[in-house]
Amino acid sequence: MAAVHGSGKILLRLTILVILIITLFPFYWVVRTALTPSKVIFTSPSAFWPPNPTFDNYLRVLGLVDAETSVRMGGSGQSLNFFLFLRNSLIVSTIITIFQVFFSALAAYAFARLKFPLRNQLFGIYVSALAVPGIVMLIPNFVLIQQLKLQNTFLGIVAPSLFMTPFAVFFLRQFFLGINKELEEAALIEGAGRIRILFQIILPLSSGSITTLSIITFINSWNDYLWPLLVGKSEQVRVLTVALGIFRSQTPQGAPDWSGLMAGTSLAIIPIIILFVSFGKKIINSLGYMGFR
Amino acid sequence: MSQISAVVPEVEQSRRLKRSIYSSDNWIAYLLILPSLVGFALFYALPTIRGLFISFTDWNLLTPAKYVGLSNYKELFRDPDFWNAIKVTVSYVLWNIPLQTALALVFALVMNAVAGSNLLRGLMLLPWLMPNVVVGLLWLWLVDPNVGILNVAIKAISGSSIPFLSSPKYAIPTIAWINIWRHMGYTALLVFAGLQTIPKEVYEAASIDGASSRQTFFRVTLPLLRPVLTFVIVTSVIGSFQVFDTVAITTKGGPINATKVFNYFIYQQAFERFRMGYATAISIILFVILVGVSILQMRLMRAGEVD
Repeated sequence: MAAVHGSGKILLRLTILVILIITLFPFYWVVRTALTPSKVIFTSPSAFWPPNPTFDNYLRVLGLVDAETSVRMGGSGQSLNFFLFLRNSLIVSTIITIFQVFFSALAAYAFARLKFPLRNQLFGIYVSALAVPGIVMLIPNFVLIQQLKLQNTFLGIVAPSLFMTPFAVFFLRQFFLGINKELEEAALIEGAGRIRILFQIILPLSSGSITTLSIITFINSWNDYLWPLLVGKSEQVRVLTVALGIFRSQTPQGAPDWSGLMAGTSLAIIPIIILFVSFGKKIINSLGYMGFR
Repeated sequence: MSQISAVVPEVEQSRRLKRSIYSSDNWIAYLLILPSLVGFALFYALPTIRGLFISFTDWNLLTPAKYVGLSNYKELFRDPDFWNAIKVTVSYVLWNIPLQTALALVFALVMNAVAGSNLLRGLMLLPWLMPNVVVGLLWLWLVDPNVGILNVAIKAISGSSIPFLSSPKYAIPTIAWINIWRHMGYTALLVFAGLQTIPKEVYEAASIDGASSRQTFFRVTLPLLRPVLTFVIVTSVIGSFQVFDTVAITTKGGPINATKVFNYFIYQQAFERFRMGYATAISIILFVILVGVSILQMRLMRAGEVD
């Protein structure tokens, strides 16, 4: 595009500034609120820097002080068993990511490279499932998990996402189709089996898109709310999003414990920020690609 | 020329090779597909079919299901809450999509103007990576009528605060905005990827012809972005018809049903009133509506195509 100069340049910089404020200010405000003593929240709601900054809110939300001290600090006495819920979120998201990406890659390879009866029909059915809204399958899936007596177990939470998603199969197949066939053919001539080719040639060659898919899968399961809310309410398997929702509904209606809520909220996004800082560039560069295929 | 003769046997050989590659490994193929097939059958195919069956029953989880024919569907059309859900959801979509698309376009143009900056794109994408629950809580706090910073500012300027989430008038636009805020960076990234595929020569030609930057945008950029925009709008519309988390966290369908969107209505019927049959019937109707809307959109966006 033609070089931007003069008044255009100022306009561009101004737009960038506005965009960054809209995008980032809410995050700052979460942290600012979490660091503000909960009684001060109501007396100076607009101070830009946290007045009398303190880690009290984090301490009480994490349950690191006893209930009495917590109430004195201005909380509702409600704490968030953060480390347990963090552990649960990590377990659920990690299991889903590993199994879903692995099983989807196996299927995607077969759809991309092997010829077998009903291949195209089967793939067509997989893809058409993309059009079915989640809520249609949600209720029968909930019933199924209940009948299998898997409620409030990790297995129940991860089961529907464990084996595949149509999107994952579709995405990886698309990528495998683009890999040059010559390497594979050479390996076949030398007597390598399909399985060996998949693990020693195809998967290493597509490590980039497999990483991308894994990150997206991880973040999606990390962010999921409705399904774990339905099948994993008990503390032992409760994930962070569900815990935050419950924490929110337990705060008093009239004067919510904002500083506590924001302390919990900011803790819940730390893992995503870590992932983002480590893989941000990769995510950004591959999202555009993912969108179109 | 002599190369041709050398190439022919090679082609023949590779053809034979391909044939041998693609035979004899049916069982390996099925083995590779098996896990995904099990998952698909159990958690996609079975529930879709089962959902259809449940929608013809009066099942309440406690007593055995009884076949009731079309009575759930008949009840639905007389249920004011169902029509309310349609009204609320459509109004949500109408607030959400145009504004989100317009903002994403602006964001994408900015991304394109500073295409070298991964950092900027990354920062814009940040909200999209956050859980809906987190985004809901965050905005719930920002727009709090008493001490939320947005309302403190509004009160300072206009003298009175705006009950963003607690008045029927503002609740849907506010929830729409919350989701716009979460999605605009992501949508912009897709549009940006589309902008990057437009060849520079097209812009050069436009500038040689003396087109102003406004003309270039409306006559060159937008038409060339059409496939990308079609994709973005169709998928956003399908997504926003299924909004749930934000409503569950912020308003729980209130005030007075003002934000009881489709999915929240279904959720309440199924998991608060345990009317599984009725709830699945509504979800099937949602499915039909979505298929209809998608087909209509594709038609509309193709109909305007020039060449």
